[in-house]
Amino acid sequence: MAEHAAGPVVRLSGLSHAYPGVGALDEVALELPAGRLTGVIGPDGVGKSTLLGIIAGVRQIQSGRVEVLGHDLRQRRARDAVIERIAYMPQGLGRNLYPSLSVRENLDFFGRLFGQDKATRAERIAELTSATGLAPFTERPAMHLSGGMKQKLGLCCALIHDPELLILDEPTTGVDPLSRRRFWELMERLRRRRPDLSILVSTAYMEEAERFDTLVAMDAGRVLAAGTVSELCATTGERDMESVFVALLPEERRGGHRRLVVPPRTPDGDGPPAIRAEGLTRRFGDFTAVDRVSLSIRKGEIFGFLGSNGSGKTTTMRMLTGLLPVTEGEAWVFDRPVDAEDTALRRRLGFMSQSFSLYGELSVRQNLDLHARLYRLPPKHIPARIAELTERFDLARVIDARAESLPLGVRQRLSLAVAVIHAPELLILDEPTSGVDPIARDRFWEQLLILSREQGVTIFISTHFMNEAERCDRISLMHSGRVLAEGTPADIKARQSAATLEDAFIACMEQGAADAGEETAADRETTQDPMLVRPRRKARRTARFSLRRLWAYTRREGTELRRDPIRLAFALLGPMILMIGMGFGISFDVDEIAYAVLDHDRTPASRDYLERFAGSTWFSEQAPPGDAAEMWRRLESGRLTLAIEIPPGFGRDLQRGARPEVGFIIDGAIPFRGDTIRGYAEGVHRGYLEILGSKVYAGLSASPVTVETRFRYNQDFKSVYAMVPGILMLLLIMIPATMTAVGVVREKELGSITNLYATPTKGAEFLLGKQLPYVGLALLSYLILLLMALFLFRVPLAGSLLGLTLGAVLFVFASTGLGLLMSTFMRTQIAAVFGTAIVSTIPTILFSGMLVPVSALTGPARIMGYGFPSAWFNHVSVGSFTKGLTLADLWLDYLVLAAFGLGFFLLGLALLRTRER
Amino acid sequence: MRLANVYRLGLKELISLRYDPVLVFLIIYAFTFAIIAPSRGVKLQLEHASVAVVDEDRSQLSVRLTETLLPPYFQAPEQIGVDEIDAAMDAGRYTFVIDIPPRLQADAAEGRRPAVQVIVDATAMAMAGAGARYLERVLVEEPLLYLQGDRAESSPAGAPAVASVIRLAFNPNGESAWFMSVMQIVNMVTLLGIVLTGAALIREREHGTIEHLLVMPLNAAEIMLAKVWANGLVILLGATFAMVAIVQGLLGVPTAGSLGLFVLGLGVYLFAITALGILLATLARTMPQFGLLSIPVFLVMYMLSGANTPLDAMPELLQRVMLVSPTTHFVAFVQSVVFRGAGLDLVWTHLAATLGLGALAFAAALARFRQTVSLSRL
Repeated sequence: MAEHAAGPVVRLSGLSHAYPGVGALDEVALELPAGRLTGVIGPDGVGKSTLLGIIAGVRQIQSGRVEVLGHDLRQRRARDAVIERIAYMPQGLGRNLYPSLSVRENLDFFGRLFGQDKATRAERIAELTSATGLAPFTERPAMHLSGGMKQKLGLCCALIHDPELLILDEPTTGVDPLSRRRFWELMERLRRRRPDLSILVSTAYMEEAERFDTLVAMDAGRVLAAGTVSELCATTGERDMESVFVALLPEERRGGHRRLVVPPRTPDGDGPPAIRAEGLTRRFGDFTAVDRVSLSIRKGEIFGFLGSNGSGKTTTMRMLTGLLPVTEGEAWVFDRPVDAEDTALRRRLGFMSQSFSLYGELSVRQNLDLHARLYRLPPKHIPARIAELTERFDLARVIDARAESLPLGVRQRLSLAVAVIHAPELLILDEPTSGVDPIARDRFWEQLLILSREQGVTIFISTHFMNEAERCDRISLMHSGRVLAEGTPADIKARQSAATLEDAFIACMEQGAADAGEETAADRETTQDPMLVRPRRKARRTARFSLRRLWAYTRREGTELRRDPIRLAFALLGPMILMIGMGFGISFDVDEIAYAVLDHDRTPASRDYLERFAGSTWFSEQAPPGDAAEMWRRLESGRLTLAIEIPPGFGRDLQRGARPEVGFIIDGAIPFRGDTIRGYAEGVHRGYLEILGSKVYAGLSASPVTVETRFRYNQDFKSVYAMVPGILMLLLIMIPATMTAVGVVREKELGSITNLYATPTKGAEFLLGKQLPYVGLALLSYLILLLMALFLFRVPLAGSLLGLTLGAVLFVFASTGLGLLMSTFMRTQIAAVFGTAIVSTIPTILFSGMLVPVSALTGPARIMGYGFPSAWFNHVSVGSFTKGLTLADLWLDYLVLAAFGLGFFLLGLALLRTRER
Repeated sequence: MRLANVYRLGLKELISLRYDPVLVFLIIYAFTFAIIAPSRGVKLQLEHASVAVVDEDRSQLSVRLTETLLPPYFQAPEQIGVDEIDAAMDAGRYTFVIDIPPRLQADAAEGRRPAVQVIVDATAMAMAGAGARYLERVLVEEPLLYLQGDRAESSPAGAPAVASVIRLAFNPNGESAWFMSVMQIVNMVTLLGIVLTGAALIREREHGTIEHLLVMPLNAAEIMLAKVWANGLVILLGATFAMVAIVQGLLGVPTAGSLGLFVLGLGVYLFAITALGILLATLARTMPQFGLLSIPVFLVMYMLSGANTPLDAMPELLQRVMLVSPTTHFVAFVQSVVFRGAGLDLVWTHLAATLGLGALAFAAALARFRQTVSLSRL
């Protein structure tokens, strides 16, 4: 707005920020004028992202003053008001996008978050997509977009609400040179259209410096210098930004840094190539990641692979190491065909993959030692080798530090040290210097040059830094799985008559694109330049709670869920299978008890007695044991559960009234079963006595009192009637809770949680919006399980359908809420899933009344039973099915279940951060 | 295959585990609280049952009947009114209600044989049957003893023609804590065996360290075996601790069989279950998928293993199907060894089956191992 255009758009003073154990920002003071394109430049880990996050209002302010667009961000209401006028695109290509959603759906979601109505959203989506050339791809899922397109979509999503301040965190990292160039062109057009728009961009590419009006150079949480490029060049007396940056660093950080000189390679004759590949192809489904790549890398050469993320560099390298099977083509390393099982070959090879892939929890020494042993270095040589490497790679000071605590540059040196511990002849390095600061990168390259020039190691390295590519003996330009050009850097430039390698690369790419009939630079010129941003309208007041935003989350979560067959199968098919297995399997119906008789008497009398057991359906007679020892062995092994021993002289004693004693030995290992069998045995025994008709049972037949037993709710006394309602309860908590358990952590891990921080979304909208689709899915599952109970297991519903269903709705609100609650404070998805499983398994299976009545529980078990929703819904479920209970009987359960749902929700809300720390 | 590699990689595994607070907590919880609480609190047979008495007679006999409801079988009986029966039963407050009619004592004395009603909540499956049988017996015997004075007991004339001497072998008092505690160990071993190994593999895949291992002169079997022994050892120690300190010590459960044989079987079972964990991890692409996959697998293996309800109560077909789960065999093994004191000669078949199933899972995981290394990255 006009009143802000004159003053600074951002004003920081004394801003400090620390993460556990590490400082990120140290007393930063800065003023950024409005209407400018400002660049924050510096390597990874110097605090750029933290700074941008704080300005965008997505990070909490720890100490210092932050004023953005004239508002003090420390005040919650000011922050809520100003956040609608800021657009923020986080680091990492498309990290805040939703991969399974199409371009249109992603944009639509952001439009809804900013409260736009349907017409406005449609209009803005049309404008933005046609301005960025995404119009033909609006229905394509974000995960199938190229890096450049993802970047454009990210930008469109940021621009959908016409911001006044645009904050882009490393928008060009990992993007191919052509897309990068187009991105800057887009920025130019954007600025022509909206000169009052302030843009703040961070970058790790020093060569992008001259594009900015103002530069802020950062290192180690401090601002080294701020000003225009020419001002900075003038102060330092350097010409290119990388040198300017190095010159700006304090003396001790430079640590005797000198310009890297690449000594020429002395060719060692025409031996066989170290790596040879012909027509290497790799397809993943329909997608061709690597398309007919042929290579030949000579021994002792530094061969560079240049290309953007997703261009196929990594896939090619992984095929060459044997990690990934090839779809077509052939490859040889040292003249031996690449074979995953060839361990001898692997000992001649060192590999360092893209991300830091050592064990973070091991110390530097443990990492080196482990690898030395795994590469089978003779144990007595290992200490010397570790000493040598720590010396050479300057790791002595950190030798006992845990690897994950090291700065990125040091970690990369450790990775290299590990990769060369067995003195390999060939090194394959996949983007080893990504995100590393210029000084550390140069030191890394010094080591590479020593390895190559002094030790004759062949090095195959991939990078997206042009200046690193210049240092290679030969390079190969890769794009979309294909090699565009190959040769020495000088050759490639000459062939395209380009001044820089980047220009040459872009020329190659445009050629390739033209061949493929894709959009070219020429086409772009003719593209209309529609409204990318529109003039600001009057700012709306943010509603405290917006159903539209809640619905935006529900729709989005629902769409994502619908497109994920694995989660859907888990949610719907899983319970069906479990219901069948457990419904038939969990049974307390004890029958066909395996028993055997040791009859020492063998008279008609004993046979008459035993007849009673043989005739009972409860018992199933097994072959008689030869002696007592055998009987015991069979009891011990579990093949018998009851042994009956008839004493010698049974018939005679019976005759004489000498009260023979029949012995029953019951396997009591499973106490409940033992109890039941005892009851059965006593029953049969009593029956015999009654038949015997004598004075028997002390005249019990003439007992003065009779007992009438009424089995209520389950006259046939069949397990299935009691178990199926219980299993319904079990499945309606375990499955939905597991589903939502990953809900929030997943967004944290993937990065889309930023959309909660950076938009006016309230925590309640976010949580409830995410919960609803899962409630819906769980209710669908409830319906399926209910039908199974009624028609497959034939358990009649004696009570009211409405009563059961109301309980189910409240219960799944509680169970999905429980999962979300776990998700808000767990840090990783695995912890959330298993945490939820652990928390819910015991109270649900053992303390809910499913196996044992809650009223019979004692101590903590009883408290846990009533302190968890399962027991309450189990009462609703069992009560509705078997006891014929209806709404009026179940009001207490409803109340408690609703309280659980609300409690989980409120607790989740309290634990959910709406800003990053 | 080199054992030195397996050993080294396993040590690394142990260090990694030590730095994962969630998993460490999970292990501690699993072998302490998760065993104690169910053992102390859950009674699967007639024990601590809730009972109410509707005494409409209020005579000496009715008081005496009420007094037959003794611990440990019953909680102290509560007196309720006849009009409260339905509501109390519906709410699940009592599993048994005994309704003593008015004039019970008088009618009994006059030989009119009045009926005492026992109302059983038949949805409390395990307890209802045993309780009903118990009540039928004592409620019939007690009036007899009362009316005849205690003469009956000493008079041989009143004794039955054939006496039954019933003996519950292996658990004479039918204490459910014995069963519960040992079965909870099996359950926790199962859960942890799957989770720890599976999660360890997926974590390595997500961090890219597995690729690192595979470009070294190592093979998949070595990497897998390292995970098996390291995670298996942790669980073995935890479970043995739980057996000795918690089950035998704190809960005072006497175990009939040899601890050595139990530990041996545990080792074999851990091989099988950790191999299964790895297999599941090779089937899942990401950690959440692994979670979604392993929870139902665990639930089925746990609920239908015979550790909750007896295996022979299941339909024949399902019993056969469950034989493919190593848990079923291990539960049978544990019940025989720990409770019945069976020796190796009686249980080796269970061990062999567990080992065979473990080997199958291991082979299947090995076959899938390499091709799935790259899954999480793409």
